[in-house]
Amino acid sequence: MTGTPLLSLAIWIPIVAGLIVLATGSDRNASSARMIALAGAILGFLITIPLYTGFDTHTSAMQFVEKTRWSESFNIYYHLGVDGMSVLFLLLNSFITIIVVLAGWKVVTEKIAQYNAAFLIMSGLMNGIFSALDGMLFYVFFEASLIPLYLIIGVWGGPRRVYAALKFFIYTLAGSLLFLVSLVYLYSQGGTFEIAQWHLLPLPLSAQTWIFFAFLAAFAVKVPMWPVHTWLPDAHVEAPTGGSIVLAAIALKLGAYGFLRFSLPIAPDAVHAWSGLIIALSLIAVVYIGFVALVQTDMKKLVAYSSISHMGFVTLGFFMLNAIGLEGAIVQMISHGFVSGAMFFCIGVMYDRVHSRDISDYGGVVNTMPKFAAFFMLFSMANAGLPATSGFVGEFMVILGAVKFNFWVAFAAALTLILGAAYTLWMYKRVIFGAVANKHVADLTDISAREFLILALLAAAVLFMGLYPLPFTEVMHSSVDNLLQHVATSKLP
Amino acid sequence: MTLAELSFKLPDLLPAGAEIFLLTMACAILLIDLFVKDKERTPTFALTQFTLVVCAAFTVWLSSGDATPTQTFSGMYVADFFGAFLKLTLYIVVCVVLFYARTYMLERAPAAKGEFYSLALFATLGMMVMISANHFLVIYLGLEILSLSLYAMVALQRDSVRATEAAMKYFILGALASGLLLYGMSMIYGATGTLDITRVANALGGHGTGHLLTQTGLTKTIHDAAISANAAAGGNKMVLILGLVFLVAGLGFKLGVVPFHMWIPDVYHGAPTGVTLFIGTAPKLAAFAVVMRLLVGGLATLAGDWQQMLIILAVLSLAIGNLAAIAQTNIKRMLAYSTISHMGFMLLGLVSAVGAGVDDAAIKAYSASMFYVITYVLTSAGAFGMILLLSRSGFESEELDDFKGLNKRSPWFAAIMMILMFSMAGIPFFVGFFAKFAVLQAVVEAGRVWLAVLAVVFSLIGAFYYLRVIKLMYFDPPEDATPIEVPGEIRLLISLNALAVALFGIFPQQLMAMCFTTLQLSL
Repeated sequence: MTGTPLLSLAIWIPIVAGLIVLATGSDRNASSARMIALAGAILGFLITIPLYTGFDTHTSAMQFVEKTRWSESFNIYYHLGVDGMSVLFLLLNSFITIIVVLAGWKVVTEKIAQYNAAFLIMSGLMNGIFSALDGMLFYVFFEASLIPLYLIIGVWGGPRRVYAALKFFIYTLAGSLLFLVSLVYLYSQGGTFEIAQWHLLPLPLSAQTWIFFAFLAAFAVKVPMWPVHTWLPDAHVEAPTGGSIVLAAIALKLGAYGFLRFSLPIAPDAVHAWSGLIIALSLIAVVYIGFVALVQTDMKKLVAYSSISHMGFVTLGFFMLNAIGLEGAIVQMISHGFVSGAMFFCIGVMYDRVHSRDISDYGGVVNTMPKFAAFFMLFSMANAGLPATSGFVGEFMVILGAVKFNFWVAFAAALTLILGAAYTLWMYKRVIFGAVANKHVADLTDISAREFLILALLAAAVLFMGLYPLPFTEVMHSSVDNLLQHVATSKLP
Repeated sequence: MTLAELSFKLPDLLPAGAEIFLLTMACAILLIDLFVKDKERTPTFALTQFTLVVCAAFTVWLSSGDATPTQTFSGMYVADFFGAFLKLTLYIVVCVVLFYARTYMLERAPAAKGEFYSLALFATLGMMVMISANHFLVIYLGLEILSLSLYAMVALQRDSVRATEAAMKYFILGALASGLLLYGMSMIYGATGTLDITRVANALGGHGTGHLLTQTGLTKTIHDAAISANAAAGGNKMVLILGLVFLVAGLGFKLGVVPFHMWIPDVYHGAPTGVTLFIGTAPKLAAFAVVMRLLVGGLATLAGDWQQMLIILAVLSLAIGNLAAIAQTNIKRMLAYSTISHMGFMLLGLVSAVGAGVDDAAIKAYSASMFYVITYVLTSAGAFGMILLLSRSGFESEELDDFKGLNKRSPWFAAIMMILMFSMAGIPFFVGFFAKFAVLQAVVEAGRVWLAVLAVVFSLIGAFYYLRVIKLMYFDPPEDATPIEVPGEIRLLISLNALAVALFGIFPQQLMAMCFTTLQLSL
């Protein structure tokens, strides 16, 4: 391992690149703003590759650790590190950032510098969240990441963007403020903000329960879990394409990641006591939200609900507390990052041409956009969880875990395979197949080289992960085992 | 008493050098201004700033040596690190405020161009006296110097009905508050037989303000012993508590916390924005200092009692301040209610010292409040500065809607305002977050988790109206396309102001450590 502070670079390169882009100023320098943004995004991605190649899969210890005192008065540290559960998210996040910059290349024509800067800064902050090992550092990144997304939705979003942006901000802030109080409480008990120390801190059941629910408030909103999911469809529908991609691919993972890093190991006894509740909520998300997705007429809303349903799968995998379920859930998170990002991009491609997201405005797109139709097919299949795509791997593992846990839970979870196929493929059928529905569709032009590149990159990721998931799962074994040990150990004093 | 003690002895004037210089200069500037022909009053302005710089240099020099607090004027005045640090902050704030307000006040109060500066200096003097007071009457003296200057400043725009009304309201309510404070002081006097803060503390059986008597020892000790016996004789507790209630009410008035907040929205709204900027910033520092001197320094033994009172004030302020701010359409009124809620939040730190002792945990709680008040003043100076900056001759930029589409008109100023608003809302990486965090930490350490939860719930409500400003600037199209013309130095200054808010938000350590150390050395 070299002495290069890779994690710091992964955080700060995008942020600095974002500030440079911001400095290019007005839209007169649009092309340079785009080029710098792309260069920053690519550089940010390249810097994360050694994190994977240099990763030691045999240990559950934190790697690439950096630790500097941040503030003595507050006793907080700039403490970074990754383990098997977080390293993949840095890669995913940096990869998606490239996609997002490319996705906005031609489409965004107003305040280009601000647009790209917001995404780059966001990307850096997200890397910070996934690599923070100090509770406060985590919180600071966690909350700061609200700002760029708030602006992205509010400035470049659709007609009801103001409402959606505010709803997004207030919902997530509400959760995270309670989270803050629990962090401060944990500090008052343990005398440290180091997350790893909190994992060992004995706490009475009552305190664990309070903490568990405070964490739940923060993370459930982010995931989002039923019944606090209502901000997501609004945010997605109103967000610009890039915003939707980041929201679905990365932002939703923050909540789930929080469960892994905080809830499960810090309050294990409360987790055991309340896991039934979470599993119930997850199943409601999987099944009920699946039905809700079925009746949507707006494509973005449909995919947004499908995201909630898929994330329900993730929380389900976590709280069954067995290795295969947990790993499956993490794989599902990564896969969902690619697939939902791709789905939103595909919808964006059509929206840019027709300026409508209503399924009824389309029909027979395959006749005018054959290349696009092929890609869209692949991603729809992946969204439905077809074998050989990434969507299958995670879902299959979670269902395996569920079978171990309880047959009926597994049965309910498996419904998603039917429901997912139903809402995704039915939408696909109505939009893509059939006769050319109207003049707009007849006028469509097939995807450009830029769009082709984006779709090809995403398709490669989806297929690779579906066909050969080992590189993704092998990094997390040790860490997941370690986590499960923590969860299995009672922390009652 | 011997003859020697009766003879007049000139007190050591050096520790109060900054106040004496400032007073001299304020009078001189008042006179010099009569002969200044310049329409822009540049010499007056320059002299005022010069005075502040010299005061700052003097304060730095004075505190660079010995760390032990020095008392003078028979213990009525104290020069310590806590005071020096607050004063330095005060000079900086007043200096920045005068820069921001300069052009605005020239246009709005043509009849009193130069007086604005003299009044500002007198107000500053009052605040300095408050910060360094070690005697109930000196506190009152400082408070009156400050208040009278402020009443006059509010009324500077004498043709404006709103401003004169605000001045009247401020005067009447302010006088009432001063009365309450005096009444409380007299009761404390009745119970303890002294007005000297150190002696009050001793009389009540506390350890005093730490820097125990520097002057003639023996007689005083005997005297104190007599007072202690007197206080302990019983029957006085009732008087003490009653006095405390009046003190807290008077202080609550000056801090502007619910239910003594009525004047804040009207005065903030009615006063010329340049004066609102002044009222909304520097006096908070002085009020904080007085609270520290009176309650923590003098009445620490009664901590259990005043903590309960302050908790109620704090919670009410958080609730009413944040809820009422949502309903405002005028940004000055909105910021007025926001001030109320911020002062409430600040009080939470003050009530979080466990017991009456001054150990490290207690100092930590107090320094959280100090950090809060300093950073709040910094942020609010920037916010009012932005309002001033958007207004121009004949146009007040007071309504929230005037901020519409600011991002289109000037992305830079929009970014500055965004930083300030996010800081007030307590979002990281801005300093407001660490201020809230420090206070929350103190509250939780004191075992009041419920209070912390309540505080964050109200912060969430608060976030709503700060976000609305950002929404107006970024999401809405501009209604007014007039280009924003701002003098270079103001642009630089307000940029630095916002930068400070961001930088302290990333590196809070120095400021926090500073607050802690000064309190440790002074309490």
